[in-house]
Amino acid sequence: MNMTPTGFGLLSLLMLVPVLGALVIAFIPEQFPKAIKGAAMVFSAVTLLVSLVVLGGFQVGTYHMQMVEFVPWLNQLGIHYRVGIDGVSLWLVVLTTFLNLIAVWFSFYIDKRVKVYFVMTMVLLAAMLGVFLSLDLILFYTFFEASLIPMAVMIWIWGGEKRNYAAIKFFVYTFAASIFMLIGMIVMAKLNADVSGTWTFDLTAIQGNVASGQFWANPEAARMAPMLFWAFALAFMVKCPMFPFHTWLPDAHTEAPTAGSVILAGVMLKMGTYGFLRILLPLFPEQVQANVPVIMALGVIGIIYGAIVAAMQPDLKRLVAYSSVAHMGFVVIGIFSLTHDGMMGGSYQQLNHGISTGALFLLIGLLYERIHTRLFSDMGGLKAQMPIYSAIFLVIMLSSVGFPTLNGFVGEFLALFGSFQAAQAGFNGTGWYVPVVSGIGVILAAVYLLWMFQKVFYGELNPKLARLKDLKPWEIAMSGCLVVMAIWGGLFPNTFLGPMEKAVNATRQMAINPPGSRPTWTDTSLEIADNGDLVRVLPRAVNGDMHYQEPLAVVAPGNLHFDVPALTEPRVEQQHASALKTQGTEVAN
Amino acid sequence: MDPTIPQIDWSTVMPVVIVVLTGVAALFVEMFSPRRNNNAIVGVSLAGLAIAGGYVVKQFGMADGPTFGGFILRDQLGLVLQLLLIGVCFVAFLFSEGYLREKRIAFAEFYPLALWSTSGAMLMVTTTNMLELFLGLEVLSIALYCLAGMSRQESKSEESALKYFLLGAFASAFFLMGIAYLYGSSGSLDLAGIGTAIASGKSGLQPMAVFGLGMLLVGIAFKAAFVPFHQWTPDVYQGAPTNVTGFMAAASKIAAFGALIRVLDAAVPIQANWFPAMYWICILTMTVGNLAAVVQKDVKRVLGYSSIANAGYVLVAVLAHIKAPDKVGLGTAVYFLLAYALMTLGSFAVVSLAAKGGKEGTRFSDMHGLWKRAPFAVTCLIVFLASLIGVPFTGGFVGKLLIFSDALAAGMPLLAIVLAVNSVISVYYYLGIMQATFVDDEGAVKTSHAKPGLGLNIALLACVVGVFWVAIGADGVRATLGLSAGPKPVSAQTESTTLVARGQAE
Repeated sequence: MNMTPTGFGLLSLLMLVPVLGALVIAFIPEQFPKAIKGAAMVFSAVTLLVSLVVLGGFQVGTYHMQMVEFVPWLNQLGIHYRVGIDGVSLWLVVLTTFLNLIAVWFSFYIDKRVKVYFVMTMVLLAAMLGVFLSLDLILFYTFFEASLIPMAVMIWIWGGEKRNYAAIKFFVYTFAASIFMLIGMIVMAKLNADVSGTWTFDLTAIQGNVASGQFWANPEAARMAPMLFWAFALAFMVKCPMFPFHTWLPDAHTEAPTAGSVILAGVMLKMGTYGFLRILLPLFPEQVQANVPVIMALGVIGIIYGAIVAAMQPDLKRLVAYSSVAHMGFVVIGIFSLTHDGMMGGSYQQLNHGISTGALFLLIGLLYERIHTRLFSDMGGLKAQMPIYSAIFLVIMLSSVGFPTLNGFVGEFLALFGSFQAAQAGFNGTGWYVPVVSGIGVILAAVYLLWMFQKVFYGELNPKLARLKDLKPWEIAMSGCLVVMAIWGGLFPNTFLGPMEKAVNATRQMAINPPGSRPTWTDTSLEIADNGDLVRVLPRAVNGDMHYQEPLAVVAPGNLHFDVPALTEPRVEQQHASALKTQGTEVAN
Repeated sequence: MDPTIPQIDWSTVMPVVIVVLTGVAALFVEMFSPRRNNNAIVGVSLAGLAIAGGYVVKQFGMADGPTFGGFILRDQLGLVLQLLLIGVCFVAFLFSEGYLREKRIAFAEFYPLALWSTSGAMLMVTTTNMLELFLGLEVLSIALYCLAGMSRQESKSEESALKYFLLGAFASAFFLMGIAYLYGSSGSLDLAGIGTAIASGKSGLQPMAVFGLGMLLVGIAFKAAFVPFHQWTPDVYQGAPTNVTGFMAAASKIAAFGALIRVLDAAVPIQANWFPAMYWICILTMTVGNLAAVVQKDVKRVLGYSSIANAGYVLVAVLAHIKAPDKVGLGTAVYFLLAYALMTLGSFAVVSLAAKGGKEGTRFSDMHGLWKRAPFAVTCLIVFLASLIGVPFTGGFVGKLLIFSDALAAGMPLLAIVLAVNSVISVYYYLGIMQATFVDDEGAVKTSHAKPGLGLNIALLACVVGVFWVAIGADGVRATLGLSAGPKPVSAQTESTTLVARGQAE
């Protein structure tokens, strides 16, 4: 990757706007809550606009990092300001700014300590964007951790009854998991310095050495590989959260204020799965392949366990919280199927879960503002009272169930299909139970979500709720945005799948291809062709348009799901003669 | 004896002299115009410290070397720690004013004593002579004993002073005994001489040297509050006036580490005898400090235990340096001390705001409502606590990052892991403090509270900017501190070439 400093650009602006917003809000006196809310709204909208500009400038035809900004920072420590965006992070960035705007909009209900609240929202927004944009491990860790404090404070001050417990649990859990990731990062930098001679936390540089096979060929690295893998994996598994590390989630989600829940479920959980895609798969290919059975098993358990526990909850918000455990399980099995379709589904499901669960929390919040309870036993018969609300709720609920024509269906289907393919081929030891049991999970989701809908909207009307007002126009607009996204995502999934495809495919090949034929972010002459092959294009063709001539030098075929060794043998001969020799002798024996 | 008077490089001792004289001057101000002199005392003290600081800065880049017949040594470590001590004293003075008024403590007692205490600490870090070390230690300690008992209306303060004095005197005795044994075994009072004597390995004297070193380390461990010599810390921290606690937590720790580093460096040849002990003391210090802090109900006790834990973190860096001096410099230890001083002083400055009605307010419940009264201070407190936890991108985070990489580079992964686990434990009580400030204080009776004055706000701002600046400008800060071996690309290069060679051989 380009090592010359580029200065700050659009992506920095994207993070800078919320920071500026926080500063501006901090200087508005507390007596003017409307001004504070207005400022927060303006800055959120501007952030969304900037992210749309990023989206507009995004080039679909490449898997490489785009709009990369590199500013030298701490040379002695090898920590630099390095940000960039690719297909994996693109939609998460847009999702973040979009959900944030909705959350801020909803937060007009807040009337306690307004100023701190919106300052925290803005800081949180900047930190979350930073996670998705960082290309430096320490920078990534910085934002990963920095997002904890505003979220913990939000739960603390504006949370429900058990907010104290929930906030501390949330913080301790995540911090505990990620501090070992920090040690892992230092060890990775040291091992990288062993092979390359430079001390750096640059993700792209380390991945370059991993892709060439140099990194893990170091015997010391090979010895520590499992420990390093789990140091990183556990941090992301807690964040996701995956069974059995999910126990912080129901408390945090339930106690957080509505906007906090929307952000927590919509964006912060995705930091975990994003970590899988951005760091775990590219840096630990062998370990990922070896540990697929374990992670798949935990993902499947999460799907079933989350669904069963969700079905038992007496509280609307807790039910949705546990449903998140189940839904994130689909993301995980999609990603770790390591097939093209599965990973596309997993990546897409991240967005869908953000929209549908974010919307569910939002709707629950709207209801809570009216009736101040979330218990099923206090509800019933709301359909007649609030027809518009129930219609919107129905669409969102069906999207969460995975109803065809809505976005959840596409993601879950692709994830299941991918795990089916992997199971059929016995890819990385993926068993048949994965698609089968997860499929049952889809049915269970329908069971508890429909049950919830029935409890809330049908049956006898609770007399206390007789004079309920339906949604106001601005509330309809707010939740309507999410409904539109859910339908759009279901009918035209290619809008979202298209731009992410090459990057997701490259990530997949980073994880499954043998050393030497893995895509890297540092080698700009590598590219993913339209048929999914990893090809080498002429360097001059990389700049600007992609007019490469046929036939392209295929480095690794892309449609291989199952038969890697057979197809890649010739190339192995060229680059890894010694490795092949050992293989050959083994075959001969 | 050589009758010639040694050449004296006065510039080396000027900072210490100025600090001592400033203390005297502050006392004179009190004498000549009682009652209307408080601001003058503060002004004189701050000005004196600033001049002393200037003299220290001037010495950067001058040639290292001993003067006063080897009693005073100028080197990078000493200069940096001196500057740090002056800074600590300066910040402590800035935020003390309002608190002292609130508690009706005479200004003329606090400022001169704190200055003299600082001068003792500064002596401690600029010498390798054992007698001088002891002299510095005593000047530092005796002034601190008085400071701890300064709030005479409160029995807790008196208890704290007495406890500190008795245990401190005991530790000093150990220290002195250690010097005696080391002198007996080596015939030298200078650490360099002792080091050569130890290294020469004169057989029968070895056990004596080891014993003496052990006694000496007990004395230092007491000052630095390592487990199991930490028992005094929470009581003294709790009882002493809050500004004194802040000063004590930062200054005496810096001085003790200055002494510890020099002693351990000299004792490297016999490290087989003491390294395992220090290794386990380090683990214990981190773990016990944090676990004990979790169950405390008093903010100052929590911070006291947290300072014990932090001493353990610094010890990790020091031990890494001892274990692998070629790979790991002392820069990390000094860097962490700097970050620690900033965040600890800042935290105590905010806690001093909880004083009300002329009394100490240090329970968690006394922190309630602080958010309403002093939003800026609480915002700063959040930053300090985040830094103590190690949330990026603060000084505490970079400090821990450096300690992690040093421990790993020195081949002590266990210490790194224990440190990581302890960081997690510490989250709980730091968050507890943070949370207490946000609780509304509606039922409480209206009392007069210590108000965040200008000095306190400046001190807090300086600490917050400092906490961020040492992290964001870590390159520059570490270059200024010097002393770093750091992660070396050069050695990595050689390793990689051997690796390549190995690969080719295969």
